[in-house]
Amino acid sequence: MTIADSTQSLRRQSLRQASIPRAGVAVLIAGSIGLAFVLFAVTPLQGDADFVVVAALLSVVILVAASWTVEGRRRAIDRFATSATMLALILTLLPLGFVLGYVIKRGAKDFNINFLTHSLAGIGPLDAGGGVYHAIIGTFEQVLIASFISVPLGLMVAIFITEYSRSSLATAVRFLVDVMTGIPSIVAGLFVLSFWILALNQPYTGFAAAMALAILELPIIVRTSEEMIRLVPAALREAAYALGVPKWKTILRVVLPTATTGITTGVMLAMARVIGETAPVFLVAGNNFFINNDPLHGQQASLATFIFINARASSDLQVDRAWAAALTLILIVAVLYVSARLLTRRNALARR
Amino acid sequence: MAKRIETVDLSCYYGSMQAVEGVSLTVEPKSVTAFIGPSGCGKSTFLRALNRMHEVIPNARIEGTVLLDDEDIYGPGIEAAAVRRTIGMVFQKPNPFPTMSIYDNVAAGLKLNGIRKKSELDGAVERSLRGANLWDEVKSRLNKPGMGLSGGQQQRLCIARAIAVEPQVLLMDEPCSALDPISTLAIEDLINELKDRYTIVIVTHNMQQAARVSDVTAFFTLKGPGEPGRLIEVDATQKIFTNPSEKRTEDYITGRFG
Repeated sequence: MTIADSTQSLRRQSLRQASIPRAGVAVLIAGSIGLAFVLFAVTPLQGDADFVVVAALLSVVILVAASWTVEGRRRAIDRFATSATMLALILTLLPLGFVLGYVIKRGAKDFNINFLTHSLAGIGPLDAGGGVYHAIIGTFEQVLIASFISVPLGLMVAIFITEYSRSSLATAVRFLVDVMTGIPSIVAGLFVLSFWILALNQPYTGFAAAMALAILELPIIVRTSEEMIRLVPAALREAAYALGVPKWKTILRVVLPTATTGITTGVMLAMARVIGETAPVFLVAGNNFFINNDPLHGQQASLATFIFINARASSDLQVDRAWAAALTLILIVAVLYVSARLLTRRNALARR
Repeated sequence: MAKRIETVDLSCYYGSMQAVEGVSLTVEPKSVTAFIGPSGCGKSTFLRALNRMHEVIPNARIEGTVLLDDEDIYGPGIEAAAVRRTIGMVFQKPNPFPTMSIYDNVAAGLKLNGIRKKSELDGAVERSLRGANLWDEVKSRLNKPGMGLSGGQQQRLCIARAIAVEPQVLLMDEPCSALDPISTLAIEDLINELKDRYTIVIVTHNMQQAARVSDVTAFFTLKGPGEPGRLIEVDATQKIFTNPSEKRTEDYITGRFG
């Protein structure tokens, strides 16, 4: 075929193309599900999960095949890619939905005001009642102290990397921070145990747990803050320099406020990441059935250790309490996350 | 108030790359000097060297001398921040601080340099906004974000911000290249008013603009890609545009550049 021929054939192509209407797509999918029903009735195929998988695969195959014959190759590929991404989305959301649904279903039984406002003081394995108040206090204190340690440190490291260091040093620090990200949480706990508690002879406390959590939060905060500070346009820094504002003040008053939204999200992510840590907390804070408001003295419970201890207990009453505590923990993370988003959203809106 | 700038054999480098070579130039107080020339000829780099903004870029450095009323701004014991307070700058793209209101944007230079008194700030904000011909447009919404203004208003806000710290010299790096003709006219009128009080240096790609606003025009060019930019000719704007001494200047302003 010569070039003249091919341009001729291009010119003959109409702008209008055959396409399957939306209703047709619905009919094809419904038909595929029907076909799956028939298959499960007459063949040895069985099981709910299997049915969902077979129906989904059938829908994709039939839709793409129909599209290929009616709409042509390009549209068929488009249909395939679209349904593949849709399936991936559903597959991702399903486990999340199931986890949430199951925790709510099991946790709702014991979840009430009494549960949130009482500790396990005087509650034996076979007693009903009791609650997680002492564990909530512990979780909040440990995560807050951890954040008080790691947020300023992490921010300063991020500022150093982005604003002050020579490139080779920054690369080295960034590499070390990445290595830190990979530290298993139990190792952080072991470090605090061996260094703080065994070598320095300090007691098992909530503060020790907070130090382990701070080690885990630090790299997350450094990396997210670093990315956010890097996103602040150089033009803003130059504008401040051109006004005769010194560098440190430019960073403090122009760069950081501009990056606040992202930094807040990073801090929230770091907190959400460590709030459910069990092993390091259990290792160095121990456990307590009573309310201990003092993170510096005495062992302290946290929601995670509460769940861990109660979930493997033999009494059903304790397992129920573990589920209710799990629900509490999920709700706390959700509230933290949503409030942080709202807070930063309001800032973003005010800026427009 | 306005001061003279004089450069002696000034060369600018980015690492090992030389961007500007051996420029000696005097900018008279209370005048408007325009830098024209093709892209990459070093006029913006040279401009940024005049208030030590050049050294903000990693590995950038200069050789030679820049004198502000006979004081070497690169001399020992001279603080870059103090130099920039004296020699203000307006950039190509309007860059108001996105987290600040209109008021705070204008007051930023004063506030960040330690002036807290409300009455003093109020006065400076109004004076600067009036000076930038923006007061009437924004006086009812000083607490609204600066980013909410139009491009032309944002640029005038940046000019107000620059003159709020009461500099002696105002450097403008293509201040109108991102603006429409009406906003451009507003800025050009403003430059005409400002030159009664400030020494103004403006970099522009628009030769009509150079002809309209400047008293003195300096023409920069480079021999070829990778070569440093040089000052070819500096003279009264009238003369540069009607009867330049250099053939290359004439070729450039008549569009026969090459």
